[in-house]
Amino acid sequence: MLEIKDLHARCDATEILRGINLQVRAGEVHAIMGPNGSGKSTLAHVLAGREDYEVTQGEVLFNGTSLLDMEVEQRAAEGIFMAYQYPVEIPGVSNKYFLKAAMNSIRKHHKQPLIDTMDFLKVLKEKMQLLGMDKSMMERSVNEGFSGGEKKRNEILQMAMLQPKLAVLDETDSGLDIDALRIVADGVNTLRSPERAIIVVTHYQRLLDYIVPDYVHVLAEGRIVRSGDKTLALELEEKGYGFLEALSPSAAAAAV
Amino acid sequence: MPTENALLKEYSEREYEHGFVTDIEADAIAPGLSEDIVRLISSKKDEPEWLLEWRLKAYRHWLTLEEPQWQNVHYPPIDYQAAVYYSAPKQKPLLNSLDEVDPALLETYEKLGIPLEEQKALAGVAVDAIFDSVSVATTYRETLEKEGVIFGPFSDAVHKYPELVKKYLGSVVPSSDNFFAALNSAVFSDGSFCYIPKGVRCPLELSTYFRINAQNTGQFERTLIIAEEGSYVSYLEGCTAPKRDENQLHAAVVELVAMKDAQIKYSTVQNWYPGDAEGKGGIYNFVTKRGVCRGENSKISWTQVETGSAITWKYPSVILQGDNSVGEFYSVAVTANRQQADTGSKMIHIGKNTKSTIISKGISAGRGQNNYRGLVKIQKGATNARNFSQCDSLLIGDRCGAHTFPYIEVRNASAKVEHEASTSKVGEDQIYYCRQRGLPTEDAVNMIVNGFCKEVYDVLPMEFALEARKLLSVSLEGSVG
Ligand SMILES: Nc1ncnc2c1ncn2[C@@H]1O[C@H](COP(=O)(O)OP(=O)(O)OP(=O)(O)O)[C@@H](O)[C@H]1O
Ligand SMILES: [Mg+2]
Repeated sequence: MLEIKDLHARCDATEILRGINLQVRAGEVHAIMGPNGSGKSTLAHVLAGREDYEVTQGEVLFNGTSLLDMEVEQRAAEGIFMAYQYPVEIPGVSNKYFLKAAMNSIRKHHKQPLIDTMDFLKVLKEKMQLLGMDKSMMERSVNEGFSGGEKKRNEILQMAMLQPKLAVLDETDSGLDIDALRIVADGVNTLRSPERAIIVVTHYQRLLDYIVPDYVHVLAEGRIVRSGDKTLALELEEKGYGFLEALSPSAAAAAV
Repeated sequence: MPTENALLKEYSEREYEHGFVTDIEADAIAPGLSEDIVRLISSKKDEPEWLLEWRLKAYRHWLTLEEPQWQNVHYPPIDYQAAVYYSAPKQKPLLNSLDEVDPALLETYEKLGIPLEEQKALAGVAVDAIFDSVSVATTYRETLEKEGVIFGPFSDAVHKYPELVKKYLGSVVPSSDNFFAALNSAVFSDGSFCYIPKGVRCPLELSTYFRINAQNTGQFERTLIIAEEGSYVSYLEGCTAPKRDENQLHAAVVELVAMKDAQIKYSTVQNWYPGDAEGKGGIYNFVTKRGVCRGENSKISWTQVETGSAITWKYPSVILQGDNSVGEFYSVAVTANRQQADTGSKMIHIGKNTKSTIISKGISAGRGQNNYRGLVKIQKGATNARNFSQCDSLLIGDRCGAHTFPYIEVRNASAKVEHEASTSKVGEDQIYYCRQRGLPTEDAVNMIVNGFCKEVYDVLPMEFALEARKLLSVSLEGSVG
């Protein structure tokens, strides 16, 4: 479904991604871990199409077509969803209105009829219950004044409503309390399906107890330095990133 | 698809051609302003002697005044002798069917959600016999008459209700008030007169159903609304359809009088031709709007959505004379391209426990310049007066500007005056977030801008709020990216 080949990207003069290779097939869940500043969020934004980053080399194929030529909204319409590490506030725009507008935009892109309001509300109610969200959240402005955990839940709600093909969840677990973590993870798990792929970016093994990944990758200084199955996450939890240092080129250089 | 401006330009120029020809054959007088012209206007309208005298007094005073220069707007000097001060309204349909109307214009109407029959009227198409506008209007007039509400053209009221007009005309905005008010008083063409008797809650939103007919009232409009004790009226002015006039200078005067326990809600949507991308040919809109809360517990609310005009210069005000009276001002002002707006509100607290609220939302795009200018004045006797003002500016792009000039004068120590101001940009982050969820950039900007204006939309009559949303989208089309 997703094929990333030798992807290099920079912001201003700084090269942040320095040759990422990654293949994600439909039905798979991949976890990406790695130290702060290693480029995890950057990778997610480059997949989403954020214009602040310039791709200098490599390619990204999504179901066989090149993603890098598409506009942000076009990628979204094709089924790419990103749950933000820092969700954005939009004052004065109700959550409900926002979600419906987003869904309708995507439907328009596919020349499908607009969603029926009653159907929309019905599905919305279901998903909110699943995520333990209070009804009042829908009337409030998008993310405005939401607590950290509420924002993260709201991201997952949007994902559940939009039903993307590829979801990239950037540190959705940070800021969630223990109960919320389980609820959100359950929400993500219900979306697991043979047609859908999920990439979870996280710092903590804990999330991976609930959302069990098929693969775990470690990103350091803009490259994937290690890939493995779920046991890699356990190993990291135990030993820290230190044990990978030998694999990181600049750390190796610094050690000399 | 042509841009909105190209479209407006094309439309306006076309209308200019037609309008011009019609005007020549219609009833127009030579350009220029003099006592003779004032007399001529008055006699053409068959006015009583007292009104002519009133006009002449205003004219003589106007001669002593200088055009104000303090506003933060820039325009070449106006030649008052080059303008035509009277022309009979043109009514002749110009086209036979909507098929003859520029499709681009129809598209704009469509976007604004203007009903088909209104589209025809706006585009100057002869209206079908099936759409009996006269009978519709009659039905509403009958409903109003049953309640004793007087509502109609100002010039009719002069003849039918001379005592009322005489009593209230100029009682809120004296003819000597300012340069443009004096000019208006001397040469005003027509406008609306509205009287709500004691204890009557006006059963209709006034002017919704009349706006097609009322839109040709010309460049010097004069409106007077009187709400007697315990009455209520909601008045809507304007139209979201792009409007163009051959007259560049517009100087209207609106006066509102609210007696004890009365309430007047005055909503405006203004979409005059803003000029081309360079600002050429747009309307100068210099308006004096003022209401007086004469009795106790009375309330006046001004709500405005201003997207048009090359230059807007207007400060709807409330004089809070009665104890416990309330004044409100809610405004959305958009300036795009080369548009300039200097607008705000004045709240003059005289009575005890008077309360005022000012919520102003300025949106600047392109090279638009948006100025908020407000005055809150608390007089000596205004014990426990309260004011809350909030002025928010939203910038789209980095070539536009927003400026805030709040003036506060407090002469009573028990008063409480709060002022909040903010300036924000439509964030790249916000646009990106919306786009990631599937919304195209333009929709994202519309959504963000409409969210910014929400507090004002919330107080607009529902139908008007819907129109205002669409209007804003059309006004800001192409302003990002
Ligand atoms: N817009 C930007 N401008 C400048 N530098 C940036 C920008 N975005 C990212 N960077 C830099 O790129 C590097 C990678 O950032 P990124 O946010 O991708 O890291 P991360 O792996 O997600 O870290 P964390 O675990 O802290 O979320 C950091 O050094 C960061 O400062
Ligand atoms: Mg990150």
